[in-house]
Amino acid sequence: MLNARFGPMGAAIGPYLKGGPLRRALEGQTVLDASWALASRGGGRFDREFMIGATVPQVVAWLGGTAVGVLGGDFVGDPERLGLDAIFPAFFLVLLMEELRGGRSAITVALIAAVLALLLVPHAPPGVPVIAACAAALLGLRRAS
Amino acid sequence: MTTLWLTILAVALANAAIKASGPVLVGGKELPPRASAVISLLAPALLAALVVTETFGEDGTLVLDEKALGVGVAAVALLLRAPVLVAVFLAAFTAALVRAFG
Repeated sequence: MLNARFGPMGAAIGPYLKGGPLRRALEGQTVLDASWALASRGGGRFDREFMIGATVPQVVAWLGGTAVGVLGGDFVGDPERLGLDAIFPAFFLVLLMEELRGGRSAITVALIAAVLALLLVPHAPPGVPVIAACAAALLGLRRAS
Repeated sequence: MTTLWLTILAVALANAAIKASGPVLVGGKELPPRASAVISLLAPALLAALVVTETFGEDGTLVLDEKALGVGVAAVALLLRAPVLVAVFLAAFTAALVRAFG
């Protein structure tokens, strides 16, 4: 459920990947939140090489970090004590601020999405609030017509 | 133990299928303007939702804790045009500081 967000993310970047269906399917595997967001060039455009390039070191660090965490996690103690849990939302916030420079409709959509997600968190299973918030992007229909 | 690994495998396969579906279905076609207008707004919508759920969501409830304070400090830093790494560091540092002395 949590990973259903990769559906719309993949659709967004789809036009920028190369090759036939199989190659696209493989390249689609490199969609991670952070790489996807960093590769976004505004106005719905994406930088394919940048996303794949950003994903490869992440996967290595992720797997390596997981192994280190499993084997030696006790040494670090509570990650919350170090404030590490604040890093992810702060990082997404950095990327969001970049997107908001895209103009008024981006700001409106972001506000609607944020409110939708907040309203849904107490009532829906994890992952659903983020997916449902994508509906805010449908505002683009009004702008384009 | 086997059930756990089978579940992990199933989730991994489902995840790969979800990730593949977008690029395969959309293909290399130029999208009609209405569709690309919606798609260009997916990034701010997804990011805004990720920010609020990561900041305030905790096991299906909304919380206002040290983490939110840290993210707030990062937001102020970004508005003051602080570099990205400084803002992210401030988020973690604030949360850690308030937890230590709050």
